Amino acid sequence: MEAADLPLSTHRTVHPAWRELLSFNVIWAVVLAIVGYIVGHALGNTIAQHSAAELNPGGSDQEDIAVLLGMLGSIVGWIGGLGFFNYPLKRIAGRAPSLHEGEEQGMWRYFKLCTDHKVVAMQYLVGTLFFFFVAGLNAMFIRTELTSSNATLFPAGNYLSLVGLHGTMMLTMMSAGVIGPLGNWLVPIMIGARRMAFPRIESLTMWITVLAGFVLLSATLLGGFPTGWTGYAPLADQARLGIDAYLVSFLLIGIALVLVGINILVTVVTLRAPGMTWNRLPIFVWAMVTTSILAVLAAPVLAAALYMVMSDRSIETTFFISSSGGSPFLWDELFWFFGHPEVYILALPGFGIVLEILPVFARKPLWGYRLAVAGMFGVALMSFMVWQHHLFMSGINANLRPFYMFTTELISIPTGVIFLNGFGTLWKAKIRFTVPMLFCLAFFFNFLIGGLSGVFLSDVTSDVVTHGSFFVMAHFHYTIMGGLVFALMGGIYYWLPKMTGFNLNQTLAKLHFWMMFIFFNLTFFPLFAAGMLGMPRRVSSYNASLHTLNVFVSIMAFCLGLSMLIFLGNLVWSLVLKRERASDNPWHSKSLEWQIPTPVPVYNFEHIPTITGDPYGYGLPEAPVVDFGRRGAVAAEAGA
Amino acid sequence: MSAAPETVGRDEPHHGRNFAIIWAVATAIMVPVSIWVIGPHIPPGSLTDDTRAQHALDVALTALSMPVLMLVWVYLAYAVINFRSDPASETIVDGPPIRGNSRIQATWLIVSAVVVIGLAAYGTVDLLTENGAGGGQGSNPLAKPSDAKSALQVQVIGQQWLWTFRYPGYGGVETAQLMLPVNREIEFHVTSLDVVHSFWAIELGVKADAVPGADNIAYVKIFRKGSFQVRCDELCGLWHGHMNTTGHIVSGAKFDSWIHATATKYAAVTKTLPKYSLTYYPTPTRNG
Amino acid sequence: MRVRLLAVVATFAALIALVAVYVVYFLESGPPAVAAVINRDGSANLTLQVVGAYGQHPFPDWVSYLVKDPSGKWRHTTIWKLPAHTLVHVTIYQFDTQTGLRNNFLAEIRGTVGGVADYTDVGDAGKGSGLANYDNTPLSVLPPAEPAHTFTVPDLDLSVPLVGVSATANNICSASPCAMSYAHNTIAFSFRTPGAGTYRWQCFVPCALGFLYGFGGPMQTIGYMDGLLEVA
Repeated sequence: MEAADLPLSTHRTVHPAWRELLSFNVIWAVVLAIVGYIVGHALGNTIAQHSAAELNPGGSDQEDIAVLLGMLGSIVGWIGGLGFFNYPLKRIAGRAPSLHEGEEQGMWRYFKLCTDHKVVAMQYLVGTLFFFFVAGLNAMFIRTELTSSNATLFPAGNYLSLVGLHGTMMLTMMSAGVIGPLGNWLVPIMIGARRMAFPRIESLTMWITVLAGFVLLSATLLGGFPTGWTGYAPLADQARLGIDAYLVSFLLIGIALVLVGINILVTVVTLRAPGMTWNRLPIFVWAMVTTSILAVLAAPVLAAALYMVMSDRSIETTFFISSSGGSPFLWDELFWFFGHPEVYILALPGFGIVLEILPVFARKPLWGYRLAVAGMFGVALMSFMVWQHHLFMSGINANLRPFYMFTTELISIPTGVIFLNGFGTLWKAKIRFTVPMLFCLAFFFNFLIGGLSGVFLSDVTSDVVTHGSFFVMAHFHYTIMGGLVFALMGGIYYWLPKMTGFNLNQTLAKLHFWMMFIFFNLTFFPLFAAGMLGMPRRVSSYNASLHTLNVFVSIMAFCLGLSMLIFLGNLVWSLVLKRERASDNPWHSKSLEWQIPTPVPVYNFEHIPTITGDPYGYGLPEAPVVDFGRRGAVAAEAGA
Repeated sequence: MSAAPETVGRDEPHHGRNFAIIWAVATAIMVPVSIWVIGPHIPPGSLTDDTRAQHALDVALTALSMPVLMLVWVYLAYAVINFRSDPASETIVDGPPIRGNSRIQATWLIVSAVVVIGLAAYGTVDLLTENGAGGGQGSNPLAKPSDAKSALQVQVIGQQWLWTFRYPGYGGVETAQLMLPVNREIEFHVTSLDVVHSFWAIELGVKADAVPGADNIAYVKIFRKGSFQVRCDELCGLWHGHMNTTGHIVSGAKFDSWIHATATKYAAVTKTLPKYSLTYYPTPTRNG
Repeated sequence: MRVRLLAVVATFAALIALVAVYVVYFLESGPPAVAAVINRDGSANLTLQVVGAYGQHPFPDWVSYLVKDPSGKWRHTTIWKLPAHTLVHVTIYQFDTQTGLRNNFLAEIRGTVGGVADYTDVGDAGKGSGLANYDNTPLSVLPPAEPAHTFTVPDLDLSVPLVGVSATANNICSASPCAMSYAHNTIAFSFRTPGAGTYRWQCFVPCALGFLYGFGGPMQTIGYMDGLLEVA
């Protein structure tokens, strides 16, 4: 379907507040979610009470069945309250389709099902940042507990829940953290389209992700969960009700990942504007494509594993119980088969952001574009072949260890390609040290340390010391926080003026960057030492000789938290209070999204553009990326 | 708004050569520093054959990572200093439109591939010659020490939340205290009675997950007497962080007298224990 | 602008209040500490009971320990304060039925003065079940099928298995605090506290009904089958 032929909604009515309140929106979602939980819970109790004696009626199985069905009810209520069932039901009833929902002007569209991808992206941004800060607050509590080597500020079981909440919330929200806000906002515009291929599903994934965050928080009402984000069975089978919240929340995220992935892949394949050949696709879009491939292929395995734990807990299957024919190794394998691609779902968008922003502030084309794309595909493909390195000490067949050591070492080749691309772009450049550029440079500094520590971990002999210790913690914080989160911050400072139409305060931004960079390194670098000196993960009591180190790290962590508060303060000040209008192209970028006006109109482009070059035409004054003059051209332009 | 790049002047510095020299000097300094200054301080010490292997490998990896570290740090510093835009200039000046260099790309790929494959080969050889370097190798170890047949067998049982140890060679006596003889090959058989734990004795250089229904074997030979910490390294519930104990390494004779005294002391309980086996299957369910 | 500022301040206030609720009601939730009774000769008395069903909100069917505070009232907490370097006389009234050990190693009495504990059946606690009848009998090891619970402090190598009431006994207590008229066993032993510190203790009998390996639920919850000895 020719993108230009889509009917644009010309009826823009702003409904009165009472009518908005009564229509399908998040308020009804909350109400119906609560109702759905009550109904599901009662239904679960009824079913379980009449179950066979083996299913322990009146005992923990009944509680699990009730809670799981209750959560299912609340999911149905949440989705229904937002109005996601309306379109399918209307179509079944034979009514005409509508391709646009909730796109009327007004603040209400941010609180309901809206098919404008830019609105969905902003909703995603607020949602993921909210949970990012909640998880970060949990981290501050963790570091508070670790200031003492044996006293307990928080009772031991609550501490484990704290650790699990921090890890799970960060991982789930940051998996959506780039692909949600930036992916959804940028991909259609960067390829010259007006929308995503499946706008309603796009909105659904956002609302599911937000629901998953709240379901995870509900674990606190159910007694917390003791397994950490890795959810190892059989401890997961043994735990109290709180782990059902973890299971359902993670399952929702898995579903959202699959849907988001499909959406992005179909959009990029089918909705590119004329002239947008694969060679001209922005590197950020390529990163979204490779991330989506991983999401679509890996997340279903997680969903299966989580479902098996739910079934072990409620209807007494024995997938993970060795005395009845199951095996804890089954969980290990299924979880990490997802778990390793998951960390590349986190890392690849970071690569994409950095390589997209670097050319703008180096004023040079992206160096080695094809190699960068190949590197991303290499990382994505190989991420499915390395997962046993999480299990080197677990008693897996000893013959497997050298093989997975080899594949894990190999994956550093495509990862290193990203560094080569970045360095080539910086070679003989004219660097402008704006805040997004600072974050990109910090990305390389941090990810290097993260990557090198990964080489230590991939070597089995060294892994005997460091597996399961704070060394691993430091490694993945360097790659995920030092890599992805720094890149995300850079991306937010870069694109938010376009997305919101308001400038962010640059003084606060610079203060945020320097504090975050310095205190991030001071917090996590000593943890490599803590791990090598024998401190396991997820413990609140440790060897007294590590006390000073831990106190130092905790103080640095509090300062890091302070830098994040400065970031939050900047967002509130610039976007809510000061609201200084941004110009169309403050960074003088040649990329397509900066060639359209700010704020971006609902329909993105007045006419679907013809793409005449890639977005990296720096150094050649006559290198345009787009020709807005011709409408609906079919043949691609030659050249560039 | 942006201007074309300036044409390359005749006195443009040789960036490539300059950078290479700085990098070479930095590497030449940092590699010996990592081996002789940092290296001796890298854990986990020299108490056993496993820790010595781990230490040697970690020193080698640190030294090998120095060229990479210096490459990135020197390049970033060089670029940040030398490739800046002129802040005083009003217009934004572009850099040269360089899109790639296939020779550099090919060189980078080949060098990184060689380094990485070399590391994997080195790691594999190291693992196999060091008897698995103290890591749990599952029930069928690939790398066994030459004196494995005469090794002292010690079964490590993880349960929520206590480590107990069984000595099959001494009537299957079970203790909560881990005593080991010095200068003797020791074969740990690590298993669990309930959930997944992990037996980690960092000073011994041993780490092996305790999986219910599985037997995880690790080897160590200890060279000096002393004591060591045992911690649980896999999250196993409420008291995971408190599942610690202290083990002791004593002379062979003292170990013999201790184990015989313990076997006598616990004779009544040992009679009620299940027969020594590599795995145990206590009933999983409801109400024990 | 002023309206927006007010909205921002109000939102932050609400969020901080939510965080405070989170900390107080979730993170810090746990039982209070209760001190043991100090005798005139400097030793301490710790009196405990173990019940098969707590009987009250929030977990009426969970097994639990209770402690007698200095005023003589039974308190539902497992965090007990003991003086350092002191001889502590422990008396445990055990009302729960027998379950048996997972690891029979824990049938051994360890770490007590004399290496023994005194066991007594009260009411018809052991009657007609094949369980031995105890009458202030000092034992250093218990038949491994008999314990209902253990009192174990791993860091002090102190472990005492607590013999269980026969399942066929006549008046089995069903809700705490249990009166002495119900069938129970009395276990008495003494041990010396070490220097100051916090030492965890737990039960090792897999008695958590309905949880995998009998070790979930109350077995993993401080206030029921796990606790702390705060020695000062």
